[in-house]
Amino acid sequence: MNWHRKHLLDIESLTPEEITTVLDTAREFKTVGERDIKKVPALQGKTIVNFFVEPSTRTRVSFELSAKRLSADIINFAADASSFKKGESLKDTARTLEALNADVIVIRHKATGAPHFLARFLKAHVVNAGDGAHEHPTQALLDVFTIREKKGAIEGLNVTILGDILYSRVARSNIWALLKLGANVTLCGPSTLVPRVFEQMGCQVTYDLDYALASADVINLLRIQHERQRKTMFPSIGEYANLFGLNRGRLAKTKPDAMIMHPGPMNRGVEIESEIADGDRAVILEQVTNGIAVRMAALYLVNGGKAEDVNA
Amino acid sequence: MPEERTVLGADAIGRAWQRVAHEIAEANADGGAVLLVGIQRSGVPLAQLLGETLGGIYGHEVAAGSVEPGLHRDDLSQRGMSELRPTELPDDLTNKVVVLVDDVLASGRTVRASIDALIGFGRPRCIQLAVLIDRGHRELPIRPDFVGKNLPSQPDEHVEVRLTDSDALQSVVIKTP
Repeated sequence: MNWHRKHLLDIESLTPEEITTVLDTAREFKTVGERDIKKVPALQGKTIVNFFVEPSTRTRVSFELSAKRLSADIINFAADASSFKKGESLKDTARTLEALNADVIVIRHKATGAPHFLARFLKAHVVNAGDGAHEHPTQALLDVFTIREKKGAIEGLNVTILGDILYSRVARSNIWALLKLGANVTLCGPSTLVPRVFEQMGCQVTYDLDYALASADVINLLRIQHERQRKTMFPSIGEYANLFGLNRGRLAKTKPDAMIMHPGPMNRGVEIESEIADGDRAVILEQVTNGIAVRMAALYLVNGGKAEDVNA
Repeated sequence: MPEERTVLGADAIGRAWQRVAHEIAEANADGGAVLLVGIQRSGVPLAQLLGETLGGIYGHEVAAGSVEPGLHRDDLSQRGMSELRPTELPDDLTNKVVVLVDDVLASGRTVRASIDALIGFGRPRCIQLAVLIDRGHRELPIRPDFVGKNLPSQPDEHVEVRLTDSDALQSVVIKTP
């Protein structure tokens, strides 16, 4: 099997074979959610800590359910209720969690590299649930899982990612995953949020929305990250919706089988028109379902990774 | 020196497996209730072969599926995670006679894990076990209902059922370390 890593920290360092192993493993886990008894004993007796130092509901709940379907015990540790306000360092808090004999620490943090930092000194497995504007590996894996399930393969597909790329860890992880699996990636949005520097990763950058949508097999819409940006990046939400929002007029010009994705939470009427979000081209709720299967695969696979592996 | 010897050829195991199909039909008069489930992965082509023979005996198609025992194994922490192959059940298990199929039965731990995996899908009327080779060395109270061939072997030996590229029975070999 093509997986020997102890941690899941980012997509950038994964090989295409490792990504495919996660997707293949997730395919089997997806069927667990469809059974009468939605639980397997694979991680029985393991303790997982959801260590969320940045607010999140859906990712936390998704990891929580994934751990429970694998029969692991999971506890939630949110920053608001924690010792950070009392001045404890990230390192000390993580060590405290490990002293509870946690086998896996799932971390969400506003600082880039926080999961990598923990992985350097913790004995526990570390899974990145989003670090700043850097990466959100499980989101990218569930997105490519959904694309592969719907389209059959990733290679050769034209994927357009639209919206706030600059501040989006979802975009970065998706770009890495899609490029490694052979897709053509086009980025589009306001020039302040889609800098040309992304061309160095191997994507195409364009500010012409009609062009970006015309040849797309998959359109992934990203939310404007109000919490991460200054007010000067674009004039107003209304103007963004007018210039870059996906509405029915624009949808009519896309390929008839172009698939619409959104990682959520979505702002109806801003990046996506309500009717499209509820329409049959959107796979937004399937992404949520697939997120559990992919996170089960991630938790399962890192538990099999060995500490002595140099690539861990 | 590792060595390997062929103990059964294609004809011998082919006949043994045909006999097993007839025994399954004899034990289960109601062919419509029989569901064959091969244990991933070596049991899967064997279940399909049984299905073809049973279809001829019963006069209607007998469906063959697969079950992945990996998530229910008791040695995950010692041996690490294994590749997961699909569990594909052709029908609802409720009130069915499930015949679990594997190539070689030894400790019985894989069968135990497979039974646990199946129970997650429903409650069959009963579960029976058909194996091509029973080599002994049981570690759990598990007993096959249908056996192609009893093959006493040393614990450190490895018994392997080989199939051709088109999944036809080829040979049974014993490898010694």
